[in-house]
Amino acid sequence: MTRQVVITGLGMTTPVGGDVESTWRAILAGTPGIRLIDDPWPEDQPSKIAGIMAVDPATCLPSHEARKLDRSQQAALVAAREAWADAGTPEIDPDRLGAVVATGMGGLISLINAYDLLLERGASRISPHMVTMIMPNGSAAHVGLEIGARAGVHTPVSACASGAEAVSYAARMIQEGRADVVVAGGTEAVIHPVTMAGFAAMRALSTRNADPAAASRPYDIDRDGFVMGEGAGIMVLESAEFAAARGAKIYGVYGGSGLTSDGHHIAQPDPEGRGATRAITEALQDAGLSTSDIVHINAHATSTPQGDIAESAAIKAALGSHTDKVAVTGTKSMTGHLLGGAGAVESIFTVLALRDRLVPPTANLHNLDPEIHLDIVAGAPRPLPAGDIAALNNSFGFGGHDVALIFRSA
Amino acid sequence: MSQQILEGLAAIVNEVAGVPVADVQLDKSFIDDLDIDSLSMVEVVIAAEDKWGVKIPDSEVKNLKTVGDAVTFISANS
Repeated sequence: MTRQVVITGLGMTTPVGGDVESTWRAILAGTPGIRLIDDPWPEDQPSKIAGIMAVDPATCLPSHEARKLDRSQQAALVAAREAWADAGTPEIDPDRLGAVVATGMGGLISLINAYDLLLERGASRISPHMVTMIMPNGSAAHVGLEIGARAGVHTPVSACASGAEAVSYAARMIQEGRADVVVAGGTEAVIHPVTMAGFAAMRALSTRNADPAAASRPYDIDRDGFVMGEGAGIMVLESAEFAAARGAKIYGVYGGSGLTSDGHHIAQPDPEGRGATRAITEALQDAGLSTSDIVHINAHATSTPQGDIAESAAIKAALGSHTDKVAVTGTKSMTGHLLGGAGAVESIFTVLALRDRLVPPTANLHNLDPEIHLDIVAGAPRPLPAGDIAALNNSFGFGGHDVALIFRSA
Repeated sequence: MSQQILEGLAAIVNEVAGVPVADVQLDKSFIDDLDIDSLSMVEVVIAAEDKWGVKIPDSEVKNLKTVGDAVTFISANS
């Protein structure tokens, strides 16, 4: 029998709050954290709006620590410290403790800054910390060092599905007996004119610069692309036996995961969402649940015209007639798209929705796209039923990655 | 001069590694007493080179075991 995995600690820093409590309060209130970037960016920059972290993570760390870390690593460390403290700082044999922290793009901005410095002042001025600041596994390594993890430190990289893949990888480490506790999640901080120009060149970004708070509007007929966000989400996953033995508080139960790939296009979603459908179906099988057990979906819902429709089709294909009974939300309407951090932050939202029996609303949904056939929660939070309930969190990434995670109420 | 260099070096070590300024004394070893690892030592060297306009070659860095060694080298070469 597979070992049961529970969630015992949460931490995050996002565009709407510097910790779990402030973020969750803003999300339930339906408050978007998107604003105009006030740096002097090139005039022809198509998208100048983003979800910048509400609290600069560098201000939460001693300066000698912050200077050795890329901004994405600072965010991961801040969130990991919150999650670890929230879990009660478990006493555990380091050989049984792991860390899995994902990122889509790693320390890209540190590399760009180092290049500027190289041109300006020469090779001898490059920081000896530059390499560890840019390596994608840097965040996982720093979080692992923070807690002393020796069971394994890992970094799944699957673009915008990375954070969800990290949660799945961590849970399986525990199920397979490699670890008893794993600190897992995702982080990203790549808001920069170069990255934004690249995403804009793909025509993926919203250009609603005149009205930033309304720019991320999943499912709305007037959506025009996603909004870049930054931040990190970290959860402490633990074997149910270990958590029970130390009397840990339990937020929720990890149900299962499904990981597939589209095999369709490097950046376009399969229009029928077949890879996503299989991911959801496999997650249900992995969790030993049927479609009727799902009461809520925290959707990937990035606010791109094509992506939202493909996901809607995938959900309908996976859940069939039960789809109409599921409360779906798109929290990227408030946080923007945290890329490699998204799946982790939204997993936390899913777990909190189950705990509070309350689905947060999708902001900015005024006119539902007629091609979306889902029951979208908008305007105000919606209560969930009592008893044993389960929820789904979808994450998809450029490259054709599909990850579905299922959580159950505690 | 030496006192000024010591104070300047203490500020650099504090910024780079978070070591309290008062702990940075002439007889302290960078590695054994101040817990400065090899990467942080590179940062100290870069900052010292910028501050005093000296060149501290890699071949010399290994001889700078204590804060006093560094103060002596910087005052003799700046």
